Amino acid sequence: MTSPLLGIEGGGGQKNAKFTRYLGLSDCSSVDSSSISEVNKSSLNLKATELRLGLPGSQSPESSLTSSEKLDEKPLFPLLPSVDGICSSSTKTVVSGHKRIFTDAIDSCSEIKGLSEGNWLFSGSNSDPSKSVIQGNFVGNSNVNEIVSSGDQSNKVKTSNPPAAKAQVVGWPPVRSFRKNILATSSKNNDEVDGKPCSGALFVKVSMDGAPYLRKVDLRGYSTYQQLSSALEKMFTCFTIGQCGPQGGPGRENLSESKLRDLLHGSGYVLTYEDKDGDWMLVGDVPWDMFIGSCKRLKIMKGSDAIGLAPRASEKSKTRS
Amino acid sequence: MGYSFPEEVLEHVFSFISLHTDRNAVSLVCKSWYEIERWCRRRIFIGNCYAVSPGIVIRRFPEVRSVELKGKPHFADFNLVPDGWGGYFYPWICEMARAYPWLEEIRLKRMVITDESLELISKSFKNFKVLVLSSCEGFSIDGLAAIAANCRNLRELDLRESEVEDLSGHWLSHFPDSCTSLQSLNMSCLLSEVSFSALVRLIARSPNLKTLRLNRAVPLEKLSTLLHRAPQLVELGTGAYSAEIRQDLLSNLTEAFAKCKELEGLSGFWDVVPFYLPAFYSVCSRLTSLNLSYATIQSPDVTKIITQCPNLQRLSVLDYIEDTGLDALSLSCKELRELRVFPSDPFVADANVALTEQGLVSVSEGCSKLQSVLYFCRQMSNSALTTIAKNRPNLTCFRLCILEPRAPDYQTLEPLDHGFGAIVDHCKQLQRLSLSGLLTDRVFEYIGNRAKKLEMLSIAFAGDSDLGLHFVLSGCESLRKLEIRDCPFGDKALLANVSKLETMRSLWMSSCSVSLGACKWLSQKMPRLNVEVIDEQGDLDSRPDSCHVEKLYVYRTVAGPRLDMPSFVRTMNQNPAYRR
Repeated sequence: MTSPLLGIEGGGGQKNAKFTRYLGLSDCSSVDSSSISEVNKSSLNLKATELRLGLPGSQSPESSLTSSEKLDEKPLFPLLPSVDGICSSSTKTVVSGHKRIFTDAIDSCSEIKGLSEGNWLFSGSNSDPSKSVIQGNFVGNSNVNEIVSSGDQSNKVKTSNPPAAKAQVVGWPPVRSFRKNILATSSKNNDEVDGKPCSGALFVKVSMDGAPYLRKVDLRGYSTYQQLSSALEKMFTCFTIGQCGPQGGPGRENLSESKLRDLLHGSGYVLTYEDKDGDWMLVGDVPWDMFIGSCKRLKIMKGSDAIGLAPRASEKSKTRS
Repeated sequence: MGYSFPEEVLEHVFSFISLHTDRNAVSLVCKSWYEIERWCRRRIFIGNCYAVSPGIVIRRFPEVRSVELKGKPHFADFNLVPDGWGGYFYPWICEMARAYPWLEEIRLKRMVITDESLELISKSFKNFKVLVLSSCEGFSIDGLAAIAANCRNLRELDLRESEVEDLSGHWLSHFPDSCTSLQSLNMSCLLSEVSFSALVRLIARSPNLKTLRLNRAVPLEKLSTLLHRAPQLVELGTGAYSAEIRQDLLSNLTEAFAKCKELEGLSGFWDVVPFYLPAFYSVCSRLTSLNLSYATIQSPDVTKIITQCPNLQRLSVLDYIEDTGLDALSLSCKELRELRVFPSDPFVADANVALTEQGLVSVSEGCSKLQSVLYFCRQMSNSALTTIAKNRPNLTCFRLCILEPRAPDYQTLEPLDHGFGAIVDHCKQLQRLSLSGLLTDRVFEYIGNRAKKLEMLSIAFAGDSDLGLHFVLSGCESLRKLEIRDCPFGDKALLANVSKLETMRSLWMSSCSVSLGACKWLSQKMPRLNVEVIDEQGDLDSRPDSCHVEKLYVYRTVAGPRLDMPSFVRTMNQNPAYRR
């Protein structure tokens, strides 16, 4: 099954790079760019790659649509390979604000086919020379805010014909999170071979200094620090924007990508986590698998507060007996 | 008309009336009955903590001994309600601590309760007996320590499915040696270890302990010790059910279980090592309730267990049971009332187990007392649903979750309208229904026409237009709770049925097509509804009325808009005084 990927050329082209953001991670482990799947090079749906903000197939953000107008999109049976990247949602109409679009995509797309939401956001402008999240994404994981697919999808995916990677929609299927966590560790105990991550979820709380409430993310939904950082960025963008004061205009599309980046880097947020021992560490030092094995919760701190944080994990393990 | 019935007699009569609905009806008969009833009501149930204020409750019911409160909407269970939404218990405990010194029982569901509140509970009520925190959060082990230390007559402490900050304190040791009143302890949700010696001592001095649910951290090796101390247990939740393969351990465990002659319910079973399953075979014939929903054991092992449980009434299990196991269930467990089958691998598109609609059909054929079903599967057909409906017209709760949204009848590729239509047609006592699969407006027409006793309906990824919602709102006479996500329902149906909303407890709509303007209009038209818009983008003020809201939660209330809303929740009440 060939899946169109928005704006993706094989091998880290200019469009890839703009999708990655850093949240002040220290020494991020490099993106697994070797996992570029052949599918990246597959045929692109040109309409889907049209650079705009909004769900593919949707109208421009300013227009207000009634639900009946919107329903010309047929609900597509999600597992059929003929889906051409158009979200099978007939329920969503476009609203302004990229965060909304982001949420739209999560809530309404029953299958995202390995697309990162980053495709639809920040479209159009300059690019980071950094690696694309997409490449790491497509190896079976669709990586967006709370979207999870089984961790072992990455092992199952064949490069030429990946199975319908089950992109999880928020809150679907309606299974309580404690149930997901428990099954994850259960199957880990029973089936684990070579410490490979198994299917299931690993929810940890994420808090941010100054944010009035915290969120939860499923660490098993990501396979690299960059993916995690992207997702967190998107999750907490609204708080940082809020500090700017209300944006004028009809929506968030007025906020340029560079302005967002400056805001985040300028305010110097740093991502930290609490490990099994209860120590707060900077995220990014240890290999990813080790990180998710020991991370109990995450916190986005102001850089100034993070000074004097526990020594780097690598140093910590050295000093340990 | 001078003759009046002595109050005391009436009070005595009322004391036999316990159902909340009946009590409410009694209070409506006349003013004097209202007065008498309110003074002698001892238990109150508040299905939505924001529907009424503590002050109003206390003013009307001054002699309450038992309070039950529910907070967040049901979809909070699936992470659809952002953290910080609300449901705080603190305002309640502050006032109740003053007003109800004789309060004995507090039961909360989906509420946020802090250590401070727990401490307040423990110190304010001399006769406090029962604390049930179901799916709650906001507290830590410290709060539990306060409860343990100060509640002299504690009978029941049940933390089912709550999220507890485990700061690895040892709270069990806070139960004083003089505390011997414990009858029920459910700490299955706790993540970290408890002091085993404190646990043993507590159990040993609680002769009336009937229910004990351990957490996963209690190792299997220690289970027999506990069982020996509490052979009178009626309900047991094991800890992790795994250990090194050791014959002596198995014998000990078998012996310990054999001593428990009263045991009727089992749960727990994390990390099962099948070698140890036979240890509890001796209690199977007595079991009425079995929760294997954490047990990742395969169908043969599950089948082996359930075929020994002829008295089983409630079973929760993973889909590892497969169709063959459900066939066996239908033959062996003729007393089955409730079946819940959970998905072992919900995020994989392809089936990892041989569980299909057929399993449910078998159970519906063989288990004539089956009333309540929660079933996760990957395929369903109209014919299967129709068969189930015809087999089991006595169903009261039918929740079907086909894992893939909008999945059609896998045989005909048609929508599942007819199948669910058959369910509501045959099952005339149906009170709760959850839909899934490919569904058009037609299924809602069936539901609106036929599901007259339906009280709670959950809809996801279904319907074509506002007509669907309109059918439900205009047709379902008994509807109390409606929760909808990702459906093309918009303003028209909502605004055509505004008065219906006051007859319901609540309506949840997320990722639908309701406009901000409609919310505002609804709020203006219906002052006794709180119309709350949840929107995390933070710029609601600058958005046009035509834009769609992310999430909408509408509920009836006599308390007015709430004052504890976070920034991402706005009430549409136009009164600026209510704005934060």
